[in-house]
Amino acid sequence: MSGRQIMTAEEIRRATIRISHEIVEKHAGTEGLALVGIQRRGVPLAGRIAAAIAEHEGVLLPVGALDITFYRDDLSLIAQQPLVKGTDLPFDLNGATIVLVDDVLYTGRTIRAAMDALIDFGRPRAIRLAVLVDRGHRELPIRADHVGKNVPTSREELVRVHLAETDGGDGVEIERPTPALAAAG
Amino acid sequence: MSLTIEPAGTSAAEASLPAPRWRHRHLLDLDGLDWSEIEVLLRTAEDMRGVLARPIARVPALRGRTVTILFYEASTRTRVSFEVAAKNLSADVVNITASASSVSKGESLVDTVRTIESLGANMLVMRHATSGAPYLAAETFSGSVVNGGDGWHAHPSQGLLDLFTMRRHLGDLRGRKVAIVGDILHSRVARSNIWALTAAGAELWLCGPATLLRGFEAWAGSWRGTAGGPDGRKGFVVTSDLRAALRDADVVMTLRIQRERQAGGLLPSLREYAARFGITRERLRGARPDALVMHPGPMNEGVEIAPDVAVGSGSVISEQVRNGVAVRMAILHLLSGTLAGSTAPVEGTARG
Repeated sequence: MSGRQIMTAEEIRRATIRISHEIVEKHAGTEGLALVGIQRRGVPLAGRIAAAIAEHEGVLLPVGALDITFYRDDLSLIAQQPLVKGTDLPFDLNGATIVLVDDVLYTGRTIRAAMDALIDFGRPRAIRLAVLVDRGHRELPIRADHVGKNVPTSREELVRVHLAETDGGDGVEIERPTPALAAAG
Repeated sequence: MSLTIEPAGTSAAEASLPAPRWRHRHLLDLDGLDWSEIEVLLRTAEDMRGVLARPIARVPALRGRTVTILFYEASTRTRVSFEVAAKNLSADVVNITASASSVSKGESLVDTVRTIESLGANMLVMRHATSGAPYLAAETFSGSVVNGGDGWHAHPSQGLLDLFTMRRHLGDLRGRKVAIVGDILHSRVARSNIWALTAAGAELWLCGPATLLRGFEAWAGSWRGTAGGPDGRKGFVVTSDLRAALRDADVVMTLRIQRERQAGGLLPSLREYAARFGITRERLRGARPDALVMHPGPMNEGVEIAPDVAVGSGSVISEQVRNGVAVRMAILHLLSGTLAGSTAPVEGTARG
């Protein structure tokens, strides 16, 4: 893989902890707060943020997992149906403040689908968004409340997030699909 | 490959496996699926059960798609089940009953399929009395064809929902004994279950009067099975000895005696069939005490199954119907993913 590393494991750890503080600060406490990770890598990230909040606030927030496969608007663009990873929301969403957690914010379409999915389960008081990497190029009016790192990218580049829970190790890389062309240009 | 169905939720171990993909545009029979594809379908169905458990059991996965249901044979549960499944996925559903359509004016199957396509159908769920009819439709139709039962040949969604129901109760089916009792000869349900259950590694016994097993012994002798199953390429047993078939069975599935297909004199009488092969509480004692009792419906109570057995403690017949909706949602969802032409990547990170 010809990726250039843009976040190390230590940077991911610090970003996660900073986000955990920001979430509590913005909400002015932990009352009625819940975290929902978007499958796949948002789920372990949500777990890490919850663990960090438990450490400094002494409160274990409810954590859920959300699969957005059935809510995507791009199914007509992809050749095969992605495998469903499962939705598990073990708490009442009604009246809760939900922090959606995902690894990369890009077009915003995943988040649009996630909000649709969440609202099918109840009426949260508010939905906020925390992401590890914001790479720009939004196609919808969506903005993250908490960002681990802003990374300017071109549309041709790929941002790869690796987490120990899903990929065996932590790190974020940026990749150019055609390095030869980029060098020539 | 993990053999148990993952509950809705995440599993770190599963995440590291390469995700198997669904690549079939049609579902006409189970003979074209390998085990990993059956597993993808069962796991998707598990998630669809999660959707069904929601207060509003509806997701937008098939929004903007039209599912046409074309049945040339009578049916309640399969037709309604497909319709509910399609509606739960937000598809538009068009129902055509052959007896009330131009089919009764002599329109050919191919013309009917062309007409349905011109009217905007993306998916066609079809039942026909002639084996192979859905294959003919699939040659003409540009979308997906789902076989809702063709002649004696195949009823793939039923085979899958039976497998799904058994796995929810028993987990891994390797070494589990499943007895299918009844009119095997005329049964597309039995044929699809042979593919599904041998693939899953079950010890499958087919039992019925010799006249209703004709040809199956030869088939069992030359059976090759499904690729990639957890227990290799399993065979199956064919017998008229009901006691042997039921002995220590984990699952007893009875099939409907199809009165409309008994004109050939293969059975002396329904009474004689009931006396020799009807599943009664007494006969069920030969099976395991916690044996599951299944029936694809509709039942002739008092013929192939006694009424008290049909609603007895081991009966999962109503659950089969409920699971049928989840399995058919999974079928429609997976097939719909193959209808797109482009392979454009959508997000910077691979999702799925």
